[in-house]
Amino acid sequence: MSSQDDPPENGLLGADPDDRPRPRGRRNSQGIRIDPEVEAERSPRRTTITALVQNEPGVLSKVSGLFSRRQYNIESLTVGTTQETEWSRITVVVEEPDPNIDQIEKQLDKLVPVIHTRELDENAVARELVLVKLDAEDPAKVHAITEMYDGRTLDAGPRTVTVELTGSERKIDDALDALRQFGVREIARTGQTALARGETKTSTVPDDLKP
Amino acid sequence: MSSEQAVPTEESGDAEGTPDPVSTGAASVVRALENAGVEYLFGVQGGAIMPVYDALYDSEMRHITMAHEQGAVHAADAYGIVSGDPGICMATSGPGATNLVTGIADADMDSDPVLALTGQVPTDFVGSDAFQETDTTGVTRPITKENYFASDADTVGDVVGEAFAMAKRGRQGPTLVDLPKDVTNAETDREPGPARTPDTYRPAETADEATVTAAAEAFAAAERPVILAGGGVIKAEASAAVREFAIDHEVPVVTTMPGIGAFPEDHDLSLKWAGMHGTGYANMALTMSDCILAVGTRFDDRLTGGVETFAPDAEILHVDIDPAEISKNVEADYGLVGDARAVVGQFADAVVGSPDTDAWCEQCAEWKREYPLDYHIDEDAPVKPQFVVEAVDAATGDDTVVTTGVGQHQMWACQYWTYTEPRTWVSSHGLGAMGYGVPAAIGARYAADDDQSVVCFDGDGSFLMTCQELTVAAREELDITVFVLNNEFIGMVRQWQDGFFEGRRMASEYDWMPEFDTLAEAFGAKGFRIDTYDDVEDTIEAALAYEGPSVVDVHIDPEEDVFPMVPSGGDNGLFALRGDHL
Repeated sequence: MSSQDDPPENGLLGADPDDRPRPRGRRNSQGIRIDPEVEAERSPRRTTITALVQNEPGVLSKVSGLFSRRQYNIESLTVGTTQETEWSRITVVVEEPDPNIDQIEKQLDKLVPVIHTRELDENAVARELVLVKLDAEDPAKVHAITEMYDGRTLDAGPRTVTVELTGSERKIDDALDALRQFGVREIARTGQTALARGETKTSTVPDDLKP
Repeated sequence: MSSEQAVPTEESGDAEGTPDPVSTGAASVVRALENAGVEYLFGVQGGAIMPVYDALYDSEMRHITMAHEQGAVHAADAYGIVSGDPGICMATSGPGATNLVTGIADADMDSDPVLALTGQVPTDFVGSDAFQETDTTGVTRPITKENYFASDADTVGDVVGEAFAMAKRGRQGPTLVDLPKDVTNAETDREPGPARTPDTYRPAETADEATVTAAAEAFAAAERPVILAGGGVIKAEASAAVREFAIDHEVPVVTTMPGIGAFPEDHDLSLKWAGMHGTGYANMALTMSDCILAVGTRFDDRLTGGVETFAPDAEILHVDIDPAEISKNVEADYGLVGDARAVVGQFADAVVGSPDTDAWCEQCAEWKREYPLDYHIDEDAPVKPQFVVEAVDAATGDDTVVTTGVGQHQMWACQYWTYTEPRTWVSSHGLGAMGYGVPAAIGARYAADDDQSVVCFDGDGSFLMTCQELTVAAREELDITVFVLNNEFIGMVRQWQDGFFEGRRMASEYDWMPEFDTLAEAFGAKGFRIDTYDDVEDTIEAALAYEGPSVVDVHIDPEEDVFPMVPSGGDNGLFALRGDHL
């Protein structure tokens, strides 16, 4: 049992907050130690993360649940099979500050069906497919612009033309800007899918996990 | 059929007592649990889980029928904390499964090893909104380490074995297997194989050597080092290694709340625990430190306060088995990924010389003198809760297991009890689930040694949420003692309302509480009551001496608050000692 002579009725003795020693440094809201003189919040950047996963029910739900639960903003998410039927590749484009990008990779890696995950560098081969349905008032002009962006016409009728374009995100954005003049009725974009360029491996798989 | 009439199926096993071969999916589930060495299961019977219960009828494992599924999962959770092996809980589909959700989320936040088995409607009915159907794997996906939908009687035992292994290996946590009734009813003769984790799950054992060397150099050069021991230290059985290292190098030790017991609090180097209601000296030491060796902690916001002001001068050396914890909340200067016991060993080997900590230890000792945990006694006034906690501590052995509910009583049980052994502190930390205390005491009782006492500190609000589990303690004649620190308030809410809502005590006044001693008697437990200081010693003695469940309704000072206090998101170094500091 402990009690002091004259403590306050409800509370503890000791120096008031203002009278205590204080540390010199500080961290930013991301928990990173910073120079107190310089405000150093890391700003978001756009990047592509690739994950090789095992094909099993619920994988996509786990991945998307991870993003929504942690409030990470997905720009696009694509998924499809790979050279091995047991595996799928998920490509995610995100725009987040560095600490979050690091955390996204680690959280993805934590999921049991995920075999390997990494951030791709800017040099990676990345492509997206988009379908655009346009008013068909000037089919020749639509055709010309589609050709200019190496696209193809998939469906042409008396009132609508649907074209297909593939390319980098930037090229698709440019093409869509150019096509807007014809009256865009509907757009469907797949989101980016990507592989590392050249000899660089997109995913590394431990030997004993290879099917 | 009564148990007397049950015909033992001796003829199907051979003379040496070889168990019957597996005949159904349910029998395979039971076999997988037996193979994993499970002794106890906590659960509630129901329609969709009935085949598994039927298979348990012939098993040596003990099933403890709980009053509510939440009780089952909290009991399993506490069993996991005290024993180190996954606690098993069972429930039927739908409402049974959803009643487990709170406890599963609790285990997930605290990385406690728990395996939940839930019944499910037959596979053909899944998705049809059938009677008592819930998408259990969907509901529990964000709060389990891994969960499984069993779809085949031939493999269901292997799935249960994998779930058991996953709950225990690496960063521990809750797993769940959903068991459709047709799968457990289906015939199979496939014996489950040994429990193993999947090949893609590979937690690192030891940390990268180069990082260990660099971190060890930073540590040796530190002037104000602190060891921050989290719950992971206890889970990884690293307490002894941390003690040895701290004492060898004379480094003060702060624990997190789940890390309580990782280092003996009666040792000179112990600063007890840090965080919102941690000691002033622990919070001062962390705030002023220049090097924190953090082991097995996830830097929860209740520990750090606002991250901007958390140990801003400190290099952080973070040991954790989960790579995703490194730099999640606070940036680590050195990330040491691996098993805590192994990595602390690596680190101890790599440290050359010791930091000179004489002045720093003296500073910490001064803070201990300046900011003691203390309270004021007036013999004529209502009993102070802190006095009761200290009195129970004095009346029990060092290895006594303490469980708590959530609230002010939980903080007093942390602050005024001196913990010296790992696995003696059992509480709901990350989730803060009121109602945890009584079922946790039941689970802890099964995991503890017979000569270890189990006591529970609860609050009136928290106790009321799960007190029906006393029926289980009475039925099983479990020797547990519950101290309800009764202030007729949801006390922590009242404290915040007084501090931050101008004393507008909306819905926190509980002056309609029942007499808990009488309530306990109705459940078949022994009831006691404390009103004055004169009652304290004798009543504690009588309640502890009673062999069976007892409840002590302790009428405490209703206006007592918990201090020190770091307001939510605040600066640990500016902890409040009184209401006027808030």
